[in-house]
Amino acid sequence: MIPPAFEYTRPTSVDEAVRALAGAGEEAKVLAGGQSLLPLLRLRLAFPELVVDVGRIPELRGVREDGDALVIGALTTHHEVVHDPLVRAHAGLLAQATATVADPAVRHRGTLGGSLAHADPAGDLPAVALALDAELVVAGPGGRRTIPAREFFVDYLQSALAPDELLTEVRIPKRDGWGFHYEKFHPVAQSWAIVGVAALVRRADGGVAEARVGLTNMGATPLRATTAERELAGADDSAAVARAAEAAAEGTRPSQDLSASPEYRQHLARVLTRRAVLTAAGMG
Amino acid sequence: MTDQAVEGEVGRSRLRKEDARLITGQTNWTDNIQVAGLLHLAVLRSPMAHARITRVDVSPALERPGVVAAFSGADLAEGLGSLPCAWPVTEDIVQPDHPPIAVEEVRYAGDPVAVVVARDRYAAADALEAIEVDYDPLPPVLDLEAALAQDAPLVHADKGTNRCYTWPLATGESFDAVRERAEVTLKRRYHQQRLIPNAMEPRAVVVTPLAASGEYTVYSATQIPHILRIMLATVTGIPEHKLRVIAPDVGGGFGSKLQVYGEEVLALAVARRLGRPVKWTESRSEGYLATHHGRGMIQDIEIAATREGRLLGLKVDLLADMGAYLMLVTPGIPILGAFMYPAIYKMDAYAFTCTGVFTTRTPTDAYRGAGRPEATFAIERTMDELAVELGLDPVEVRRRNWIRHEEFPYTTVAGLTYDSGNYEAATEKALALFGYDDLRAEQRRRNERGDTVRLGIGVSTFTEMCGLAPSRVLRDLRYGAGGWEAASIRMLPTGKVEVVTGTSPHGQSHETCWSQIAADVLGVPFDDIEVVHGDTKAAPQGMDTYGSRSLAVGGEAVHRAATTVVEKARRVAAHLLEASEQDLDFRDGVFSVKGSPEARKTIQEIAFETFTNHDLPDGVEPTINAEHVVDPENFSYPHGTHLCAVEVDTETGKTTIRSYVSVDDVGRVVNPMIVEGQVHGGLAQGIAQALYEEAVYDAEGNLVSGTMADYLVPSAADLPEFTTDRTETPAASNALGVKGVGEAGTIASTPAVVNAVVDALRPLGVRDVRMPCSPHRVWQAIQEARSGGAPAAGGTGGTGPAQSGQSGQAAQSGELGQYGQPGEEGPA
Amino acid sequence: MTHISVKVDGTTYEDDVEPRLLLAHYLRDRLGLTGTPIGCDTSNCGACTVDLDGATVKSCSVLAVQADGCEVTTIQGLARDGEWTALQRAFHEKHGLQCGYCTPGMIMAARDLLRENPHPSPDEVRKALEGNLCRCTGYQNIVRAVLAASGQQDASGHQVSEGVTA
Repeated sequence: MIPPAFEYTRPTSVDEAVRALAGAGEEAKVLAGGQSLLPLLRLRLAFPELVVDVGRIPELRGVREDGDALVIGALTTHHEVVHDPLVRAHAGLLAQATATVADPAVRHRGTLGGSLAHADPAGDLPAVALALDAELVVAGPGGRRTIPAREFFVDYLQSALAPDELLTEVRIPKRDGWGFHYEKFHPVAQSWAIVGVAALVRRADGGVAEARVGLTNMGATPLRATTAERELAGADDSAAVARAAEAAAEGTRPSQDLSASPEYRQHLARVLTRRAVLTAAGMG
Repeated sequence: MTDQAVEGEVGRSRLRKEDARLITGQTNWTDNIQVAGLLHLAVLRSPMAHARITRVDVSPALERPGVVAAFSGADLAEGLGSLPCAWPVTEDIVQPDHPPIAVEEVRYAGDPVAVVVARDRYAAADALEAIEVDYDPLPPVLDLEAALAQDAPLVHADKGTNRCYTWPLATGESFDAVRERAEVTLKRRYHQQRLIPNAMEPRAVVVTPLAASGEYTVYSATQIPHILRIMLATVTGIPEHKLRVIAPDVGGGFGSKLQVYGEEVLALAVARRLGRPVKWTESRSEGYLATHHGRGMIQDIEIAATREGRLLGLKVDLLADMGAYLMLVTPGIPILGAFMYPAIYKMDAYAFTCTGVFTTRTPTDAYRGAGRPEATFAIERTMDELAVELGLDPVEVRRRNWIRHEEFPYTTVAGLTYDSGNYEAATEKALALFGYDDLRAEQRRRNERGDTVRLGIGVSTFTEMCGLAPSRVLRDLRYGAGGWEAASIRMLPTGKVEVVTGTSPHGQSHETCWSQIAADVLGVPFDDIEVVHGDTKAAPQGMDTYGSRSLAVGGEAVHRAATTVVEKARRVAAHLLEASEQDLDFRDGVFSVKGSPEARKTIQEIAFETFTNHDLPDGVEPTINAEHVVDPENFSYPHGTHLCAVEVDTETGKTTIRSYVSVDDVGRVVNPMIVEGQVHGGLAQGIAQALYEEAVYDAEGNLVSGTMADYLVPSAADLPEFTTDRTETPAASNALGVKGVGEAGTIASTPAVVNAVVDALRPLGVRDVRMPCSPHRVWQAIQEARSGGAPAAGGTGGTGPAQSGQSGQAAQSGELGQYGQPGEEGPA
Repeated sequence: MTHISVKVDGTTYEDDVEPRLLLAHYLRDRLGLTGTPIGCDTSNCGACTVDLDGATVKSCSVLAVQADGCEVTTIQGLARDGEWTALQRAFHEKHGLQCGYCTPGMIMAARDLLRENPHPSPDEVRKALEGNLCRCTGYQNIVRAVLAASGQQDASGHQVSEGVTA
């Protein structure tokens, strides 16, 4: 199908982009890689009056270190994230999970910032950002502010971004030495995760000292499995991990759709959490 | 599968002639066609499953930029007949009117209600949004069983019923009688989910009118240019000789382009009305609504057998979802399967009934296999159930019942005469390639250990009737046309050859294979042959391509036409070589006089000398061209044994195919490489039905698997490497000895996979998993079994007809409704 | 209308386009480069895959204006002076296509894979092609073709041609 008509602007700086957004109010959409927006436009599920193409703003690209944090430009593509040596060294979970997003051609265009700003709970990266305790830096007319990932995902396809704000970079605390694993469960390679589990584990004495678990597609927003995380702390064998993982679905309200019932999703969250944590902990 | 020791072209893995344009981007898809002044047609479709149209106002669309015209159904109704159904399977079939565009009532989500014609496709898409339509909703009809109830809402109120037809067949002894004496009976219900064919090329049509002479050229992404021409003439009233239909390069069909579609008629009607060329191209999600679906049946199957596992009789009752209207061969699809339920097995009684039911869904029609996959699934699933019931190996229970190779030709209980086959040979080969005994041993060990990931082994021994079809049989089945196929061979003066075929390929490699056949008979180089097809002006006579018929019927026609060319050339050669015809040898394209091999003429030289006609005797027509129309004397009956091993993760429900072995017997093989490719593709589609694909409707009748993101067509990453092999038992019913291979893989594979999934889960008490065996469904089936919701697998030594099984379908209660009760919940 | 300049298969085109024009439609309808077909509207099928500045994209999910100043390579730009690339030859020799509708996208996706990973395993080939759907081949001969183009054998030891890079 054919996208509806829209006005188009291609700013060359963040300030220019923010001005364009501010001028258009609710009716503007940011176009980064377009891998979420273009299908929506083609199915005529979105009718923006203005599309602000931020794809040519150089300052939004690239990965750098900033002390204990890794700073990834919002416009960094999935392909770049997967292959970036800094990401692989300090945020391996993100690299691993990003490699499961869609397919190679989509990963060439799709961006980290775009995936997070789209705030789709079925997307793989929001849960990863939660697990990593990422911070999202956004620019608006009043300057820049930083939003912790746990406050960024507000509702289904809804983030804490104001209409006149642009996500500029993602700051991720380095977790060198932590084990990690993203366990994505999907019926065919190309489909969205029915459930995904992002696990980060600090190991000690052959067991789990501390764990952080993000859940994909277990509600209107990505979630942390906080109860399971608590119970995982100190789990010193696989049986203990399995017991703790039983709490992974606690507090979740997953949806019913073509591929799963809520009960099944909760069941999967428990199974996949166990598997992800065991793998992340090297106990699998 | 090597082609060692092949002397001629037939049997050789010739690389394809078709490829050069396809791998360089020079293909001529219908949507590629550009002509001066081309207008784009867009179709507004009903958002509701069932409603009365109370108002359509297209005038706001006319205000939009670039719009040339807009029409409601009422605007176009005059001069357009009903879309055709060529297969009224019974005398009293209910055949509703099927306008190409709805006028008073819409009967499925996607039914066309208005069209816009604009200068480009963007303007046309925009203008659709300006059209105003008011609907008065009517109740949807979705459940096949409920639709037949006395007070059910009706899809076609004027018909007074949702029952389209009931088609019975009872052969051999009475089933009731054999059930009386049976020691074991089994009854199962299977659901054939609706499938969306998903040819990779979306449908498209371009119509270019020549107003002055009232001539129209219709380019369409169709499998059936010849049939389409006749039908378009009938529906529009344009005389047939003023219509030329061209199927350019066509990107797959799988039955979905064996159709006369409303959009083809509308494009032609609008081009006629405006005197301008018109193009319509569907988008994928539009096609999901507007291109016919496949399958869609509830199958109740009952078998009666002895305790030794010998089948006595089979009874099948089908409910078949017609969808909202009867399209070209909609009612006949289940009937194509009717003769195949007895499959490769001997038995005494067979009773079959099919009831076609109207629903407010997209019409169904042919999809790869068309009736035969459904039949094969039901019998092969049930044979596994019988094996479990009797404690026999599933291969053994088949062996006890199949027709032995020395029994051919064999007339089955359903009345078909299978000309040839060797089920023993195919099965032995498959078992060896598969490592059957080792896998069974591993399965036992893993079951004993109680592994989380279980191993399951599935068997499918299948046959099919293809090579459609003997025309007299088609008459008896009330099919509206014959089953012949035409070929002609034009021997060009320079020695090049044109093979003109009535088949219409869309991926099947006819250009290559027909060249191989003709090259062998004529003795001319493969590269000197061009195959002409898909244009009613260039290849005027044909019955087109479907039902694995092209080689067995169309290839045979090429073979016979070429043989006639040689006979005609022999006469000319005899004159030119001053010898009698009987004294001529013909070998490798050369006529030579017996005993004096230096006196020789090639057939290509003879073509030239026939053209000049300088020295032909009186009474000899100056042509060695020939044509032949073949009406097959019988169907052909490919068969094979497929074995599938799956790993099922009982925690998540995910099934992974570990190995897949197929041994097919498709008779003599023209091109082994192409045959193997056909099998691969067939397997992928059959596996997709087993594990992935389903057209799902919600309780209001909306298609919720409405885009390619929701309908799970498997990718390379989802499918295994197949091990394919063949046995070769030539068909007796054609000179080439060929049987057809287009549908074999699809027909055989679905039950092999589902049998494997169920086999993996039987130790957990699961007796069936409804297709597609998605992770969710498998998990649900396991949960049901664990909670005692499904009866444990057989082996209870039941006496008499006690084993009436709900086949574990309770597992599906949470699903979105399709053929059972529509579920309450829509997609979140 | 937005002015764009795009180099496609070696030729630079200057055009005024609607911002919403999809790159796939720009190639097909404006430039007449119909070698790149469109198979879906959700970026699932990959038939429209082209190369944009050295990386594959699905041209139905890129706006023509996003390609402004970029270099696009389509299936029509691969062969040089009628000489097919190794991948094109391999698809022909391994019967990696039937109807051929997915083939332009498949070849472009495979080309991208071999650029990054010249000697992929069969599983890596399958994974790399997960965004390209084929309804005819069951993928087996496509995998064989890609392995052949990379100078390797597939799991079954299927005959492959000489090692050449894509």
